This record gives sequence, C-alpha cells and structure tokens, in this order.
Amino acid sequence: MADKFDGLPGYSGEAALSDTDAPHARFDIDNVGPLGRVQRFLHAFPTMVPLIVLALSVVGFGLFAGSKFFSPYNMSLIVQQVSIIGVLAVAQSLIILTAGIDLSVAATMVLSSVIAGHLAVRLGINAPVSLLISFACGTAIGFLNGFLVTRIRLPPFIATLGTWNVFYALNLYVSGAQSIRGAEIDAAAPMLKFFGENFSLFGTQISYGSLLLVLVFGILWYALTKTAWGRHVYAVGDDREAAELAGIRTDRVLISVYAVAGLICAIAGWSAIGRVGAVSPTSFFEGNLQSITAVVIGGISLFGGRGSILGPLIGALIVGVFQSGLRIAGVDVLWQLFAIGWLIIIAVSVDQWIRRISA
Amino acid sequence: MTSAAIPTLMARGLVKRYGRVVAIDSADFDLMPGEILGVIGDNGAGKSSLIRALSGALRPDAGEIRLDGELVSFASPIEARQAGIETVYQTLALSPALSISDNMFLGREIRSSGLLGKLFHQLDRKAMADIARKKLSELGLLTIQNIQQPVETLSGGQRQGVAVARAAAFGSKVIILDEPTAALGVKESRKVLDLVLKVRARGVPIVLISHNMPHVFEVADRIHIHRLGKRATVIKPRDVSMADAVAIMTGALAPMTA
Repeated sequence: MADKFDGLPGYSGEAALSDTDAPHARFDIDNVGPLGRVQRFLHAFPTMVPLIVLALSVVGFGLFAGSKFFSPYNMSLIVQQVSIIGVLAVAQSLIILTAGIDLSVAATMVLSSVIAGHLAVRLGINAPVSLLISFACGTAIGFLNGFLVTRIRLPPFIATLGTWNVFYALNLYVSGAQSIRGAEIDAAAPMLKFFGENFSLFGTQISYGSLLLVLVFGILWYALTKTAWGRHVYAVGDDREAAELAGIRTDRVLISVYAVAGLICAIAGWSAIGRVGAVSPTSFFEGNLQSITAVVIGGISLFGGRGSILGPLIGALIVGVFQSGLRIAGVDVLWQLFAIGWLIIIAVSVDQWIRRISA
Repeated sequence: MTSAAIPTLMARGLVKRYGRVVAIDSADFDLMPGEILGVIGDNGAGKSSLIRALSGALRPDAGEIRLDGELVSFASPIEARQAGIETVYQTLALSPALSISDNMFLGREIRSSGLLGKLFHQLDRKAMADIARKKLSELGLLTIQNIQQPVETLSGGQRQGVAVARAAAFGSKVIILDEPTAALGVKESRKVLDLVLKVRARGVPIVLISHNMPHVFEVADRIHIHRLGKRATVIKPRDVSMADAVAIMTGALAPMTA
C-alpha cells in the first residue's frame, strides 16, 4: 500500500513511525519545578488555598488579638455572624459553578423573609404554611432567573441585575418599607425566629442558624459530588457546548440550578429573621457582594466548572475571622474592608495561576 | 459484504436548504455492516451537513434515513444516540475539568443499587470507574494511568482516545468520527488510526470524515466522495489513486460508474 502514497506531501515518514510503540504522551510530573508542583497540587485540591488562609488567619489573630479572640465563645460567634452570608454563598456558588453570577440572591432572601413575616404576622396565617409559601416564592424567583438565562438567553449578570431591582422594589412594596419587630413575631409566630435561638456547648454559643449553615453545605456537597446532577452542573459550567453534545440537557440543568439557588435564598431568609430578630426589608443590602466575596475567596472559579462547594464555607469563615479579629484588636473598621479587598484580589490571582496549568 | 446485505446506515434523497443555498442536494449514503467508510469532499461540498443530518444535529427537509433497514427520524443528537449512532465531534465534547471516568459516563451515569442510589440518587463511582478502565484497556488505551485523572491533563491523542472509547463503549451500531486526526501530530494520529481499526475489529461500522487523504486511504474499506451537496461516487481505495480521488472531489475527473 505504501508505494501508492509515495511522494505525497505530508505522508513520507509517517509509515516509518507506525511501528513505534513508545508511549506517545506521558503525564510527566517529574520535570516540573517546586513551584510547578505546588501548582499541580493546588489544581488537584483547589480548596487547600482557603483552608491554609483560614488556618493562618486564625493562628495569626490568636497571637495578635489574644485569648479574647481565640475563645470557644468567640469562635462560635464568628460562625453565627457568617451563618446568613454562608447560606447565600451556597446559592451563589451553584450559579458561579455554571459560569454565571446571581446579583439577586440577597433580594430573593429578603423578599422571602418579608413574605413569610407578612403572611404569618400581619395576616395571621399559620407559620409553617407562611414559610412554605415564602420558599415557593424564592424558588419561583430562581426559576424566573433560569428562564431568562436559558430561554431568553440573557447574560446571567443582566438577568439577575434586573430581577434584583424588581424584587427589591416588590419587597419594599409588600413590607411598606416597615420592619416587623421581634415582639410582634414572638406574639404571632415565634417559629419564624427559630434559627436565632442558641444553646451552649463546651463554652460555645451555637445557634440553630449555625447548624443550618452546616446542614445546607452538607446537602449541597452531597448533591454536587455524589449525584449525576452534580456532575452535570460542573460539566455545564466547564464547557456548555461540550456538555450539550455529550447529551446533557443543559437548559434543564441551568434552570434547576437557578431554582435550587432561589430555594436556598428563601431558606436563608427564614434564618435571617432569627439572626436579625426582626423582619427587616432593608437588611443585607450588601448580601450579594458579600456572598460573591465568600465564593471567590473560597476558590470557586468565576469562569465556572471548578472548585469545591466547601470552599465558600471556608471563604465565609475567613471573612468572619478577619472582621472579628480586627475588631477585637481595636483596628478601625475601614481596615476590615481593606483586608477583604486584598483577599479577593489575591484569591482570583491564585485561581488564574492555577488554571494556567491546562493552557 | 455481499450485495444483498442491508446497509447499517442508509440515506436516500436527503435535501437540506438554507434559504436559496442547497447544502444537501438529494444525497444518498450507505454504510455497510462492519466497514470503515471514509467520507471526503472539498470544503463547502456539504459533507458536514450530511453528517449532521445522520447524527441528528440537523433535520433534513426531505429524504429518508434507515438504520438497519428501519426508517428513523431524529429530532436531536440525543435521539440519534439512543438509536445507537454515536458521534465523536471534532471538539470531542469532553468536559476538561471532569475525570476520564466522569466524562465517559456523562449523561448516562450509573446509580448505586442500594437505598442511597434509589432514594438519594447516589452515583456508583466504583462501577463506572471499573467499566471505564475495562473499555479503555480493551482498546489498548491504558497508558492512561489514572481513570480519575481530569481530561485536561491528557494529551490531544489521549483525549481523542477517551472520546472514541466513550462512543465505542455503549453498544452502539454506528460510530461517526469527525476529523479525528485534524488536531494531532504524526505519532498521535497513528495511535488514533490504530484505535479506529481496533473498533472496527469489534464489528462496529465507522464513518470517518477526514481531510487527510493518506489517513482515509489507509484505513477505509470504501470511500464516499461528496461533491456539490451529493454523493459523487463511492470508490475502493485499492482501485483508485489518491490523485484521482482528489480529481473527482474537485470535479476535474468525472466519476466512473462502478
């Protein structure tokens, strides 16, 4: 056969190679420097960066701010303080894993809590039913976001910028821009404040909201790592076209992601009533950016498809540790913002560096 | 391959128009059981439209497609795949950050048989890894050490290998390979061609679309030459020289009637 190909451009020499049996492309790990090895390690375990930062910052503030910071009580307080933003960060992580962004998480959360409060306290509807309706509203808002992103093909940033404003306005309308005070909730529907209650354990103050934070992370960790749905979320975020060609109905996956994120926001809304001690339509106005901060510091790539859901939990805790540590050390509040700003920049720089491995 | 054999995949009179442009102009197509059919054609000859029609990515305006003699009609690539037509796209459709095993089972994951699988949809990671390992070693691809390795750490040829193994693994009737060697170097192309021959040895017919004439002439049993939206002729590589095939492709030589 070979004689027929003789003289054809690009062919000569190829036949001679047909019998080479040497491995044509090995995955060489040997000839990379120490920095390259760190890069490969972080590429395989992206959650290590925030974990190391968290450990260092706890130890650092422990030395810097003393036992007042390092007490079990303060540690549990930090978890309480990040319990709402942490849950929002789970919703945000889901969206960011699909290479999107959700600017409406805080508005969805606050509107859901306002609806629950309005129904249960103002209209006197039974508390579990009010909460279920608020969950349905959160899910519906997420569904609408998913619809806009997939069917109308809006960029997630624009779709959720729109729904953020729409639902923030509706929130002010439903609530009349009025808070529902703690005493009114206690009288009509104490269940709404359930997640604000504490119990003591070995010198710590653990709120049910902190437990909810751990539970939500646990459930989503399971869903993302142990189910086909989780694989599909990563595949869609990684390369949507490839996922579609591989037979995944990517629109359905995206809509489900937005709907689940909406439901999680509504659950965060219930927890927020306990944390604030009231239903406040103007609370958590910075919740969007804080949730994105936790996700980014937690090592989830803004470009989608990469990172562990446990990262944002650690990211939220890092923010909490910095706030608490700097406050106890008596440092002006502006330096908290300063420090968190740098954390975001460093986190995304590290992510970019890790991603370059595959280029 | 007797003349009485039913083609595994057959098309008659396929037409696809985009406005006034005719991409497929009543084209015929036959893939016989167990063969490698090369498909060649000049750029713009409409071979990718033809392949898209066969793989369910495009709905023809007219004509019929038969799989094992049965009339079929695909609304989507997913339907074509369910019917047993697996396509390995030029882009491979692999998810870089996911592992080899996850990629092979993307969209058709196996759940655990226990309560966790039924109630909580838990995946059976071990079963999937075992099957993936078995399929890859059947095709001689286990130079890949770790089945949990992300696909992005593999070379171009290894990625192609994973994509072909995925197509071959699921009991398909037809495998369509779109330009499998276009992005590869000489040695890696060699590996992929060997792989194509191994897949045929297992009895699955293959449609091989390629611009690389030596590759097509080397592995194909028959070559479908596409020109101006339809099949110009089908040749056997040992009867026709590569230069004549190119001449038929470009219209410089009228196809002989076999």
